[in-house]
Amino acid sequence: MTREEPFSPLLRVRGMAKRYGGFTALHEASFDLWPGEVLAVVGESGSGKSTLLGTISARMAADGGTVEYRMRDGGLRDVHAMSQAEQRLLARTDWGFVHQNPADGLRMDVSAGANVGERLMGLGHRHYGQLRATAEEWLQRVEIDPIRIDDAPRTFSGGMRQRLQIARNLVTNPRLVFMDEPTSGLDVSVQARLLDMLRQLTQELELAVVIVTHDLAVARLLAHRMVVMQGGRIVEAGLTDQVLDDPQHSYTQLLVSSVLQP
Amino acid sequence: MTSAVLSMTGVGKSFTLHHQSGTELPVLRDVDLQASAGECLVLDGPSGMGKSTLLKLAYGNYLASAGSIRVRDAGGQCLEVTEASARDLVRMRRDTVGYVSQFLRVIPRVAAIDVVAEPLAEGRASDRGAMQEAREKAAAWLERLRIPKRLWALPPDTFSGGEQQRINIARSLIKHRPLLLVDEPTASLDAANTRTVVELIQEAMSRGSAVLGIFHDQEVGEQVATRRIDMSRFRRSA
Repeated sequence: MTREEPFSPLLRVRGMAKRYGGFTALHEASFDLWPGEVLAVVGESGSGKSTLLGTISARMAADGGTVEYRMRDGGLRDVHAMSQAEQRLLARTDWGFVHQNPADGLRMDVSAGANVGERLMGLGHRHYGQLRATAEEWLQRVEIDPIRIDDAPRTFSGGMRQRLQIARNLVTNPRLVFMDEPTSGLDVSVQARLLDMLRQLTQELELAVVIVTHDLAVARLLAHRMVVMQGGRIVEAGLTDQVLDDPQHSYTQLLVSSVLQP
Repeated sequence: MTSAVLSMTGVGKSFTLHHQSGTELPVLRDVDLQASAGECLVLDGPSGMGKSTLLKLAYGNYLASAGSIRVRDAGGQCLEVTEASARDLVRMRRDTVGYVSQFLRVIPRVAAIDVVAEPLAEGRASDRGAMQEAREKAAAWLERLRIPKRLWALPPDTFSGGEQQRINIARSLIKHRPLLLVDEPTASLDAANTRTVVELIQEAMSRGSAVLGIFHDQEVGEQVATRRIDMSRFRRSA
């Protein structure tokens, strides 16, 4: 054993449910996520993927179920029972959230450096030189030339914006990152670069990740495990290559047979 | 209690094709086999007999429809693959079971040497020293498998089929694991490299690995086999 085994999952989701009026968008979803584990949530649009991501990250209220998170002190806390201030602190420090559209996760008109430094400033870091040095280091890590540190993301390409959003999230060393279709707005060539970067960063930082994607190749490359959603339910779950290579549920079989070589 | 590294009992596998009017495709049934340390079981039979399926079941890539598959790790602990959690299977693959497939699944932008080194540094990717040490070992493997040095820093997606296969072999065998599953490892290799792969498998066996293999090349099969398994025994409709 190369590293110490934690005794409990990082995130424990039980019976998560969400209704919009009379429509049930999410039926009692349950799963555990362990430190360093990457879980892909796949399914077509309207299957409840984003609702699942929204409720487990407490960005959306739930209509049933619990989400427990193991805090850095080891205690399990029900995320939906926290105060808003506590939720915000968690979301800005120990968690990250990468949006499909970088404009939703960035401040488009402030500099790249300030985008990266914001979470640190929220934690009380005030030393300008240090903040700038950290921002430069992170720009380099996500392959953005530090010469662009004073430019606003509005002047960046789509791929650069997405990489900046990732740097902005990772600067506080979160343990858990939620990602909503992080590659789907990008050109294929730009996607490959981002995917490879995500893969390396998740390994190096031992991040736990819940990534929503409709792209099975993305799931294959990044995720240890996956869950397949249809009509607001998790219809299949398992090891990523097992679900893709030997799908059991009829919907998963349809999904896998509908794409070219995932 | 058995000392076998791999123990399959009453294993069956059939595929249900929900979109082909629920067609049932029976592939294997009543598979009973044990592989112990230092043994190499060679699976014999024409294509379509379920040889690859059997390996994939042992790797947890396919789900068994019936029976028990137990894998013993280096510490003597047994894992029931058919009931294991995804997390246990990830750990089993990291530490206990290696799988050499016919094709390399290319990871974009990762250099060949890092593709090979990765399994050794797994879980320690943030440790620069560990990665450096892993790279040195990877270099020795690449050299042994005759991958020209000028290719080491390049991602293997542009390599020839034979080069990719050798990268794959190095990646799969570089870490010592108690059980090796090998599916046509010499399919696109020249004679010299085929000999090297035979040696690598024999070395793994002498270190105590159990091997379960499919070899199209009769000669290779004969050189490594300690036992042969006739796959027609496991056919449902035979």
